[in-house]
Amino acid sequence: MKMPARIVVGEGSCGLAAGAAAVYDALQKALTADVDAKLSITGCVGACFLEPIVDVYDDRGFLHRCVHVTPENANAIVTAVKTGDYAGLSDILIKPEDESFLTKQTRIALRHCGVIDPENIDEYLADDGYQALEKVLKTMTPEQVIEEIKISGLAGRGGAGFPTWFKWNAARQSAGTEKYLICNADEGDPGAFMDRAVIESDPHNLIEGMLIGAYAIGCAEAVVYVRAEYPLAIVRLTEAIKQARERGYLGRHILGTDFSCDIRIKAGAGAFVCGEETALIESLEGSRGMPRLKPPFPAEAGYWHKPSNINNVETWANVSWIINHGGAAFAAMGTANSKGTKVFAVTGKVKRGGLVEVPMGMTLRDVIFGIAGGIRDGREFKAVQLGGPSGGCIPASLLDTVIDYKSLQATGAIMGSGGMVVMDDSTCMVGIAKFFLDFTTKESCGKCVHCRIGTKRLGEILTRIVNGQGKEGDVELLEELCNTVKAGALCGLGQSAPNPVLTTIRYFRDEYDEHIRDKKCPAKACPALLTYSIDPDRCKGCSACAKKCPVQAISGEVKKPFTIDPAKCIRCGMCHNTCRFGAVTVE
Amino acid sequence: MSCNNPSVDLTLLEPTLAEYADVKGSLISILQKTQELYGYVPMDAVYRISERTGVSPAKILGVATFYSQFRFQPMGKYLVMLCKGTACYVNGAERILDAVTDELGIGSNETTEDGLFSLSVVACLGCCSLAPVMMINDKAYGSLTPDKARQILRDLRKEAQT
Repeated sequence: MKMPARIVVGEGSCGLAAGAAAVYDALQKALTADVDAKLSITGCVGACFLEPIVDVYDDRGFLHRCVHVTPENANAIVTAVKTGDYAGLSDILIKPEDESFLTKQTRIALRHCGVIDPENIDEYLADDGYQALEKVLKTMTPEQVIEEIKISGLAGRGGAGFPTWFKWNAARQSAGTEKYLICNADEGDPGAFMDRAVIESDPHNLIEGMLIGAYAIGCAEAVVYVRAEYPLAIVRLTEAIKQARERGYLGRHILGTDFSCDIRIKAGAGAFVCGEETALIESLEGSRGMPRLKPPFPAEAGYWHKPSNINNVETWANVSWIINHGGAAFAAMGTANSKGTKVFAVTGKVKRGGLVEVPMGMTLRDVIFGIAGGIRDGREFKAVQLGGPSGGCIPASLLDTVIDYKSLQATGAIMGSGGMVVMDDSTCMVGIAKFFLDFTTKESCGKCVHCRIGTKRLGEILTRIVNGQGKEGDVELLEELCNTVKAGALCGLGQSAPNPVLTTIRYFRDEYDEHIRDKKCPAKACPALLTYSIDPDRCKGCSACAKKCPVQAISGEVKKPFTIDPAKCIRCGMCHNTCRFGAVTVE
Repeated sequence: MSCNNPSVDLTLLEPTLAEYADVKGSLISILQKTQELYGYVPMDAVYRISERTGVSPAKILGVATFYSQFRFQPMGKYLVMLCKGTACYVNGAERILDAVTDELGIGSNETTEDGLFSLSVVACLGCCSLAPVMMINDKAYGSLTPDKARQILRDLRKEAQT
């Protein structure tokens, strides 16, 4: 059967950053009235390395996915739609090896992302949207909902991996009628962006999951705490809440039942520690986001000291699927201790970066090499950083570790929210530990002395090591201080801040020793430990490096080999990047 | 933090105060609206918020300085947000930062004398696959090199002068 063709432009933040808006405008201009096609947008399909992406569904519903699209391609796309001859698009059609990035995934939390138009509730409804909510409200008791989530084995996807049903049940059992539901969308781990993708691409799925949770717990007010740095997510969620309210999925007497619940958005103001649930609650109340002592847990005394339940975006995004397909179907995926799927944001030095959702139990190697295509530019894999500033660096020897909460924890890293930053041999492991310590030092709220001052001192020791001033015994001092900070901090930020240091010491001790004893950085990444020189055999005497040098450390006569004065050199690397003959060497 | 802000038109703030001043827990929302109105949080506004809500200026500033979103000085025409997230760091964000600070002659959270550029180093903009990235007035620029970053800033400077 013939139907109108559809041209769908991927307008998630990544797509827009890569230029999707200009592509959309060009397509709109190229689409004349005589072409039977509908132009619309979708969210993020997760294949960030291919953005901007345009999906063309022809008049038989067959998908032609175009990648790295520029506004200049618009006419060719419209011509193809008009004539039904897609051969002209062969240069921009997705390649089979890139397609495998998506076909090897199992998508539950991301199932609508990059498929439906996030600004149009009808597209969500056409794809089973709000059916789980209807099923729950009309055929299940709150206890049955909690039981179904228990069967599924769903655990918190924000990092800690706490069983979701247990938190719901605790909040349900708590005394009082005024209870709150909170969605933690303060995705602060640098390198993780799956929560943003879900909100931008499938906001109704988040709303539906939260409403099911609200019904199970028995609360009438819910808040989504969104990171201020995600303006597009806030816009799309605001629109989705409006549409859901208009259609009777939100507000009073939802779907004609006795259940009423409303959702509002609160924009965060930029503080990593607010990802910690009690700090988030303080921030919601308009205060400095400093964590509270637990117990009491939020399930007993949370927002305004009323029983509150907090889950992160990805957790909520699984809920409607579990209700529709049954907890057992979710639990059928994964390992003994971790069920279902997990979304990872794979970035760094991989060939194909983006969002990857896979069943628990896959190995890190499957994800990094099987799906993300391994290391780019022909370099060697060195380490993968999991769990952001709270996580750790895992070396090549542990690439066959399976992805589940316990196995990852055994390596010293954590599942975390799913940031997976892949590093090659050009990344210094002492440098990366220092990078994370700089971050946690800045983000420490200052409440606990061990965290506030301990992270500062750790950072100072790491700084002197990368500057070539490390001393014998520094590694042992780092370890001792790490353990002290872990023991003395109140919240997860401080307790886990030493993890990047401890794991790099555990797996890359040699690199620390080389920095300290030999004053060398094997990755050639620490500027203070490098020496630049010019190979006279390769130098053509073009003087390009001398012109670029910001401190006039390079001198020589044109057409004769130049030299670098090491006393003047500030090791900025400008000459190395400028030389077209590979004559500038780094030691 | 400088307290010598130019005087601002406080009547702009009244609708926001009317909406939020009596709502429990809305201090951060009030500060966000204030920054939306003036481009920063002026000291005069802090005193006005204090009068209207009964929260002391010390408490208001305690909250405002805790969060990285709030600024206390007028912002430049272009806000350059340079990402120093993990993916950007691994892909050479340090070198981009060096180039940008050198080109503009300012550090993070500072504004150029001509009032054109403000620089803010942020933890993660969330477009990691385009690393290294910077965002200028909500437009993202990806796959930067030091030279490319300098060129973007020069182009904007030229654009502002014409």
